[in-house]
Amino acid sequence: MFPGSFDYRAPTTLDEATTVLSERGEEAKVLAGGQSLIPLLKLRLASPALLVDIGRIPGLDRIELRDGGLTIGARVRHADLERDRRLATTFALLAETAPWVSDPLVRNLGTVGGSLCHADPAGDWGSVMLALGAELVLRSRAGERVVQASSFFVAPFEPALRPDELLTEIRIPAPRGRSAGTYLKLERKVGDFATVGVALQLEMTDGHVARCGIGLTAVAPTNREATEAGAALVGKELTDEAIAKAAQLAAAAADPRDDIRGPADYKRDVVRVFVQRGLRTLRRSLEEARS
Amino acid sequence: MSVEVRPLGGIGESVKRKEDARFLRGKGNYLDDLTLPGMLHMAILRSPHAHARIRAIDTSMAQAAPGVVAVVTGELLAQHKLAWMPTLSGDTQAVLATDKVRFQGQEVACVVAETRYQAEDALQLIDVDYEVLPAITSPQQAMAEGAPLIRDDKQGQQDNHIYHWEAGDREATDRAFASAAKVVRLTTHYPRSHPAPLETCGIVADVNPATGKATLYMTSQAPHAIRTVFSLVAGLPEHQIRIIAPDIGGGFGNKVPVYPGYVVATAASLLLGRPVKWVEDRTENLISTGFARDFHMTGELALDHDNRMIGLRVSLLSDNGAFYADAQPSKFRAGLFHIVTGSYDIPAAHVTADGYYTNKAPGGVAYRCSFRVTEASFLIERLVTNAALELGIDQTELRLRNFIRPEQFPYRSATGWVYDSGDYQRAMRLAMEKLGYEDLRREQAERRARGELMGIGVASFTEVVGAGHGAEFDIMGLRMFDSAELRVHPTGKAVLKLGVKTQGQGHETTFAQIVAQELGIPAADVEVQHGDTDNTPYGLGTYASRSTPTAGAATAVVSRKLRDKARKLAAHLLEAAEEDLEWERGRFFVRGSPERAKTIQEVAFAAYTNLPEGMEPGLEGVTYYDPPNMTFPFGTYMVVADVDRGTGQVKVRRVVAVDDCGVRINPMIVEGQIQGGLCEGWGIAFTEQITFDPDGNCIGSNFTDYLLPTAWETPEFETYATVTPSPHHPLGAKGVGESATVGSPAAYVNAVIDALWPLGVTNIDMPVTPDKVWAALRARGVGE
Ligand SMILES: Cc1cc2nc3c(=O)[nH]c(=O)nc-3n(C[C@H](O)[C@H](O)[C@H](O)COP(=O)(O)OP(=O)(O)OC[C@H]3O[C@@H](n4cnc5c(N)ncnc54)[C@H](O)[C@@H]3O)c2cc1C
Repeated sequence: MFPGSFDYRAPTTLDEATTVLSERGEEAKVLAGGQSLIPLLKLRLASPALLVDIGRIPGLDRIELRDGGLTIGARVRHADLERDRRLATTFALLAETAPWVSDPLVRNLGTVGGSLCHADPAGDWGSVMLALGAELVLRSRAGERVVQASSFFVAPFEPALRPDELLTEIRIPAPRGRSAGTYLKLERKVGDFATVGVALQLEMTDGHVARCGIGLTAVAPTNREATEAGAALVGKELTDEAIAKAAQLAAAAADPRDDIRGPADYKRDVVRVFVQRGLRTLRRSLEEARS
Repeated sequence: MSVEVRPLGGIGESVKRKEDARFLRGKGNYLDDLTLPGMLHMAILRSPHAHARIRAIDTSMAQAAPGVVAVVTGELLAQHKLAWMPTLSGDTQAVLATDKVRFQGQEVACVVAETRYQAEDALQLIDVDYEVLPAITSPQQAMAEGAPLIRDDKQGQQDNHIYHWEAGDREATDRAFASAAKVVRLTTHYPRSHPAPLETCGIVADVNPATGKATLYMTSQAPHAIRTVFSLVAGLPEHQIRIIAPDIGGGFGNKVPVYPGYVVATAASLLLGRPVKWVEDRTENLISTGFARDFHMTGELALDHDNRMIGLRVSLLSDNGAFYADAQPSKFRAGLFHIVTGSYDIPAAHVTADGYYTNKAPGGVAYRCSFRVTEASFLIERLVTNAALELGIDQTELRLRNFIRPEQFPYRSATGWVYDSGDYQRAMRLAMEKLGYEDLRREQAERRARGELMGIGVASFTEVVGAGHGAEFDIMGLRMFDSAELRVHPTGKAVLKLGVKTQGQGHETTFAQIVAQELGIPAADVEVQHGDTDNTPYGLGTYASRSTPTAGAATAVVSRKLRDKARKLAAHLLEAAEEDLEWERGRFFVRGSPERAKTIQEVAFAAYTNLPEGMEPGLEGVTYYDPPNMTFPFGTYMVVADVDRGTGQVKVRRVVAVDDCGVRINPMIVEGQIQGGLCEGWGIAFTEQITFDPDGNCIGSNFTDYLLPTAWETPEFETYATVTPSPHHPLGAKGVGESATVGSPAAYVNAVIDALWPLGVTNIDMPVTPDKVWAALRARGVGE
């Protein structure tokens, strides 16, 4: 629990940060909330020569609603999303997920951006961003590029992020029609990473599914979108049969491993149970909202 | 002298804890707070393998690293005859490995450096050449034909067997089973768990090169016993060793043994002439120090036609790890497991136990278990619930029918215990009433009809705590008595010195209350000192719920001794005959004229200023108390749980706990002990486990894998008391520190089994995790 030695820089502008990364990115690590990185340092599983702390760069902590969409700065903390009352209606999935992430101590420090860049298959936010169809904005000295969440998670702990790049913000498109979202998580105790997590974003027009985003946590080498399951619902009414079918497809999309949290077939079945329960809950809440 | 009127804080008062003022303000003094001038820091290199031969160790790079003062290996220790040390169970344990490593996390080398960071950096530069050997991770593997020999260091050791032990009467038990109408059988594993105190273990060893005196600040629950062990191990004269246990942040049994780090740090300080600090990190604590349980148990309960229990047969396989290092009374190889007949009048019982070496960390009895009483209580309470479910009679009814009756006490059990007192029926009836048992059974039937899974768990435990009496109970030959020394100052304030040592149990408050009760000095005026061997009378320490039964009794007795002297002094002051004096808490008065009185404070002053002819000055004394018997706390716990058909999750809805620990000295502190134990019991039942993969890698080496419960996930506990005093304890008190950890796991598991029984589920081993429940449901075609 004693990290090796490292240099420390705390740039105060984005330009300064990208300059440092362009020079020493290969041997450096960006430090955001430190809730994943510092444990790795303490266990000496990571020994970067340099930490680039982005905590002093202004503007990275904004949450902005614009044209029905949402922009989340890379340094927005889990607790910020937990507390932002504006999210409760349109982006309930975000507000509902936040309290499931770890415990209050970690939520006060850990960031959404750090969670995505960590690319832990058991991270909750990755699935949420997949379900919401989010885009990530990456910045380097060479300029800016935008990557879809669906192509960001390459392998376990391996995001589509170059060593000289910084994630600056996450953009979530405006939902279509009437929308609702929910996060279901099976954890062994409060503050635990998911055994299974399911993020659901449902968007309905004229009583039919316009879009259904289903993100899966901890049941594949990366956060995974159950695309077939979501697609199977599009254009349909949310009948029990349609829900059951989508739940089965989502379970089939999962590729879990046996581990201390349980065997693979257990986790796959919980995906099915959660998708089914979650969609029924969303159907009910949309019906209630209407009446 | 003016007489202050202040609250006494005697027995039965929920006095606020004296120690909390400093703890809550961050003014405690824990081991890691200590910094001595010139102090060095030690870090330990641990084995990555569970079983491997050491071919070579190259320390040259580490030796040359910045800040490094010394690198210690087993080879170096062997030159000082310190490579091996005795364990508290009469085995040997490697201090630093010389020949082989025998569990993952075993101590291989130590670096002593100017800072901890430098020591940790240098550890990475030590090169150990290992030849990996096959690992054994269970007693079943250990006993298999052709299993690799773990302890090839021991002369004459041919296999991995450590001990065979029996209790009870085999023939009588066989006869009972031959005549049984019904036999109920259960095989279960009580998983390996860990005490996981929030403060890990550590030492600051300060051997003064000029005087030769070794002052060892140590996280120790048993400083005196450890001093003796140290003296025997290191060959240091005992008066040259002073052990100081400062404030301790939880022990739960984890801080009873001597660990290799203590020995190396002391040797390093001796050789280097500077203080050396070593404090474990979390992983070191979880993977290498005294764990708990890991008992494979098979129990059979025989019943007659009237559903009376007539026999109990148990066989045990104990997984003791690589060194047999249980800290337990030396006559009892499987601890006090033979309390397994529990609260029931079972005329015949027989227990066999076999211990095995495995490639896992040593230990076994740590963690609030009173020497394996947890395992015993769990087994009998699970068996009784299964018996009731199999027979189709109510679980409370089967228990009430078979409880030892109040008039049977003192009760001699089939395995030889003499229970001091109890009223099991009363505790159970109170629990049923507080829970609303009958209503909940009705609710359960309704829910069942709707396909919902709800269960009610019951456990009526009886513990055996408070070792010794010394004739039966010893550790390495040391009789398990304990002590108290009381000194009243001229102004009537007092200091009480104890041989036991708190780790959070509130001794500084409770023991002052005993003095208040017996001598009338307000508890606020009594300072309790403990933990420093140069400053306190000899004792065996705090574990196994023994402080109140032993040192608590000693405190009462020494207070009474002082009161006897005080009476003589009062008679002198009042110019009255001793026989004419009445004692009322805090003062003596002349019978018939209550205005002719002397307070204890006035008497104390006289002890130094105005004595009768021939009386020795002072008001102080010491008592060593060797109890005549153990104490037998008991209670009934009831748990209501709902099971999720889709995910297998268990939600504990309610917990009602009725505890009887005899007279309660400080009810608030007792309550705290019970709340904590119910919480820990939940963890053991549902989340905690230290498992190993087939290569012997420890899974559960930090708090993201070893899941301690918190207030977040545990239910609210509803606690109640009955009071059945112990007839042989001077205050009528019994121990309570372990009741809920011992009693509650079975109640939680029984609730789950009660919910699933109609589906045909008869057992799920702990921890009862959602995936195990799900598997049990799916196997019977139940799902969502
Ligand atoms: C006890 C505990 C429990 C937890 N439980 C959960 C849980 O239940 N669910 C869950 O989802 N997470 C959980 N976490 C992880 C937590 O959510 C972390 O906060 C999160 O994974 C990382 O965010 P951070 O800001 O702390 O990032 P850091 O730890 O600072 O960084 C993480 C990684 O991302 C990189 N990085 C960070 N920000 C950027 C950026 N802007 N651009 C480029 N790279 C960047 C860093 O270099 C590093 O590699 C838990 C953590 C702890 C300690």
